[in-house]
Amino acid sequence: MNGIHDMGGMEGFGPVKPEPNEPPFHTQWEGRALAMNRALGYAKIWNIDKSRAKIEEMPPHEYLTKTYYQKWAQRLEQLLIEYGYLGEDEVKAGRSLRPGKPLPRFLPAAEANNALSRGTYSREPTRPARFEAGDRVHTKNMHPHTHTRMPRYARDKTGVIECVRGFHVFPDSVAIGQGENPQWLYTVLFEAKELWGNAADPKLKVSIEAWDPYLEPA
Amino acid sequence: MANHDPHHHHDHEHGSELSETQLRVRALETILTEKGYVDPKALDAIIEAYETRIGPHNGAKAVAKAWIDPEYKKALLADATKAVGSLGFASRVGDHLVAVENTPKLHNMIVCTLCSCYPWEVLGLPPTWYKSAPYRSRTVIDPRGVLKDFGVTLPSDTDIRVWDSTAETRFIVLPMRPAGTEGWSEDQLAELVTRDSMIGTGLPKAPGAAS
Repeated sequence: MNGIHDMGGMEGFGPVKPEPNEPPFHTQWEGRALAMNRALGYAKIWNIDKSRAKIEEMPPHEYLTKTYYQKWAQRLEQLLIEYGYLGEDEVKAGRSLRPGKPLPRFLPAAEANNALSRGTYSREPTRPARFEAGDRVHTKNMHPHTHTRMPRYARDKTGVIECVRGFHVFPDSVAIGQGENPQWLYTVLFEAKELWGNAADPKLKVSIEAWDPYLEPA
Repeated sequence: MANHDPHHHHDHEHGSELSETQLRVRALETILTEKGYVDPKALDAIIEAYETRIGPHNGAKAVAKAWIDPEYKKALLADATKAVGSLGFASRVGDHLVAVENTPKLHNMIVCTLCSCYPWEVLGLPPTWYKSAPYRSRTVIDPRGVLKDFGVTLPSDTDIRVWDSTAETRFIVLPMRPAGTEGWSEDQLAELVTRDSMIGTGLPKAPGAAS
């Protein structure tokens, strides 16, 4: 969807503000929110693209004003409700009101390290790659209403395949429950001028990682 | 909350919103624990790992090794997943890690314009600025302006390459080894490798600034 999360090339957000000696977490609850997301991510109720989509669906003003971990906490609550593991009445009450349905996979403390790694996203190819390094490609002028990893600033542009990355789970499908539908993944390189016009930095090149369905031969 | 004063809600909106979040997150943990979905001790262990074991010192070790060992550098650039894996620390997106090399002619920068994808396994928790709208929006259109926010100015004839992490591929920059470090050990060199130098928003420390 053409959401506020798709920020590449926007202006007006002000300067980047580095924070010297930034602590791992600014408050204690940030760590708890992160860890709960990891533990329930490990449960494999949903996939990473479904959880990204959940954040992207936030109203723009909320997306821009909530902190990163606030969004993570809210997302976790909403996903658990959506998948029937948590009731809104329980959130309101602040305690469990009924036994939960069993998780597909529970994370015991002794295995907490397993939540720090995640599986591979590459799959066994079922067909040869359509493009190879050096091929010129054109990105589609596409505007799906659901989750996609094709950033707006690079749509309908011509670039060059720099690298074939493998055969990967396709976010646009898996995020909406249509299966992994793996596709070839490429690094596509663009001249800044192609993306930003004649005034662009002539020394700048930008690449995206693009799945095959985003591309057509140029 | 002892300090929570509803009459000052509008004056202290940010602060009270945070404490609201704190209460909400605490309540969520209570519910999830009661339901048997999470073990608080597992959460402690995850937090502890991110606070201690998983951080930019991991990436710095790979960079320093690449600086002194040409074979390792070749391996890192060919397959960073494997090369970093051989150093034996916990990995998160280990399968799709790519190292990109800075040269006197080329400077690399890493961003995720769509969310905040970041090579956690080698750099640890992403800094707040990396996840912020200013960084995510401007890096692909005005990287030199972003670098200025970090106090970094590159020669105008340096090529800049920005990598937008739109897939599960994760990138780490292999910065240039600082001059004046001939004969340094891997551990000494690792001290010069900053987190930002591996994202591309900074350069490694100069030898004199290390300690």
